Amino acid sequence: MVILKGKGIGESVSFGTLLINKKNFDNIPKYFHESFDLEKSRLEKALDSAIKENADMYKKTLEISGEKEAEIFEVHGMMIKDKDYRLSILNIIQNEKYNCEYAVYKASKKFHEMFLNLDDEYMRSRAADVKDICLNILKYLTDEIDGKKEEPKIDSKVIVFSDDLMPSEVSNADKNLISGYILSGGSECSHASILARLSNIPMVLGIGEHIKPEYDGMDVAIDSGEGKVYISPDTDTVKMLKRKEKQYVKKHESLNSLKGKENITLDGYKINIYANINNDFQIDEVLNSDAGGIGLFRSEFLYLNRDTYPTEEEQFETYKKIAEKMGGNKVIIRTLDIGSDKSADYFEFPEEINPAMGYRGVRVCLDRPEILITQLRAIYRASNYGNISIMFPMIISETEVKTLKAMAAKVREDLKKENIPFSEDVEIGIMVETPAAALISDILASEVDFFSIGTNDLTQYTLAIDRQNSKVNQFFDSHHKSILRMIKLIVDNAHKHGIWAGICGEMSSDESLTEVFLAMGVDELSMPSSSILKIRKKVLETDVGKIKNKIFKKFFK
Amino acid sequence: MEKINFIFNNEAGLHARPAGELVKIASEFKSSIVMKKDGKCASAKGLFAIMGLSVKKGDKVEIEIEGEDEKQAKEAIKEFLEKNSAEIQTKD
Repeated sequence: MVILKGKGIGESVSFGTLLINKKNFDNIPKYFHESFDLEKSRLEKALDSAIKENADMYKKTLEISGEKEAEIFEVHGMMIKDKDYRLSILNIIQNEKYNCEYAVYKASKKFHEMFLNLDDEYMRSRAADVKDICLNILKYLTDEIDGKKEEPKIDSKVIVFSDDLMPSEVSNADKNLISGYILSGGSECSHASILARLSNIPMVLGIGEHIKPEYDGMDVAIDSGEGKVYISPDTDTVKMLKRKEKQYVKKHESLNSLKGKENITLDGYKINIYANINNDFQIDEVLNSDAGGIGLFRSEFLYLNRDTYPTEEEQFETYKKIAEKMGGNKVIIRTLDIGSDKSADYFEFPEEINPAMGYRGVRVCLDRPEILITQLRAIYRASNYGNISIMFPMIISETEVKTLKAMAAKVREDLKKENIPFSEDVEIGIMVETPAAALISDILASEVDFFSIGTNDLTQYTLAIDRQNSKVNQFFDSHHKSILRMIKLIVDNAHKHGIWAGICGEMSSDESLTEVFLAMGVDELSMPSSSILKIRKKVLETDVGKIKNKIFKKFFK
Repeated sequence: MEKINFIFNNEAGLHARPAGELVKIASEFKSSIVMKKDGKCASAKGLFAIMGLSVKKGDKVEIEIEGEDEKQAKEAIKEFLEKNSAEIQTKD
């Protein structure tokens, strides 16, 4: 038995035969054709088949999942039918004399790149759709060559392994045949992942290159709740997973009954559970999840995928909209946290060997104060419309905090002079995500209104393990005592100075740590909307008095 | 030549679906129909071309229609724009 770990989508267990379905653009036949007419008629046939498939998919998805999920196929259909697209392919066939497959690939690549370079998130995502239709058309061209459809013979359910997944594949999936997906890459926010979540198909992403060709056809099991993949699981593991499957089902049924309830332990200890968001579109998901507020609003999206800095007015409108939608509930806006690894061209960041430790977060804002001043003005102006707090990322020193506070004070002063209204109650907090900030949290606590512990970076910096580097994954331990001890130190120091402390990294939605955080007296947990009810349930079931000693013995003695 | 100047006010921008609808309408006419935004031009008869303009909320767009059925085309496109919350400017 081999156990692999990735990132799970959804919470369920499934069993099946592994089907390795690696498809990419590596093996596209490329040659010079001898007859334009032949290639042209091949293209027409493939396009017709692809259009027909899309129309069928649209109808099928419309019936099963509804308008919203079906829309993607309508869009794909329109793309395949597009005259310019067809002409581009024909031009390549005619002028460059390439075969049909390569012409389809080359033309699609051009449009793929065009979308990737657009300044709008929605339009950029359409690049994936171009790839989708390209593969779709290529499929019909290849089928025709092979003279048969390459459908594997399936007598039991399969779990498909591929590099990445197209939305059409998820919607297309016959749930009687495909019981799950394992991807070497993939992203939680991709359309395919969202569809998988909606249709309850378990998926594990980011498994890397650990699935070997010889695993093809073996029994596999996936536990998407844990993000684990079991290659030829032994009988005990199968038994364990079967139990787990039942638990998941039961859990989901009980979770939805928790909406509207308070986050309070059996012995009366309350904790706030807030949501993390990356953009303004996620607000509806937040409201639906019954989150008590927004604990981490990553403001970067306002700055990325564009050519110039966002204006004060643009930012103000976004912050205002979010504050209003959240009613009187807290919205903690983290100021720009950007670095050379995640940026837009207009920032003109230098290339860095080690961006995680480089010019990023509040360092950029201290170095280029005009960026932060604009953002702070927008935030303060929006504070008049809801319950907004400000949070600064990547802090390592008291001086930084004092400088940032002085900048905020200056902004308030200016607004007052200009007679622009803002709330006087805007809390100022910091992310504690460097070991430096953790170790001087007693000093920092006297300067701010709250701490939010960014466990992702704190873990990476403390363990000296890059989370993006799968080679060192095996050494990674999110429950490492050093991290938990540091969190306890930060929380204790916060409380000593009468301020609150929350956690907004990935650890906040790790159920196996909720008890530990409750025992430590953490005041707030901020997490993806999808985890909120799960953690609420855990809180409701916990008796802090009963577990406290045991936990302290385990981690802190 | 007919011209339509408008500001696009739809929250989601001119995304794939309405863009597709516009292509359908524009393709019914013989006239050449060109959309202009920020100095970029695109034929309104091509889906990728229109999407390549990346028309967002608040963007100013001009449409130039030239050909034998330009008047009818203008009316049809105006109707589409009004349906998709575009604010048509009466004067150039």
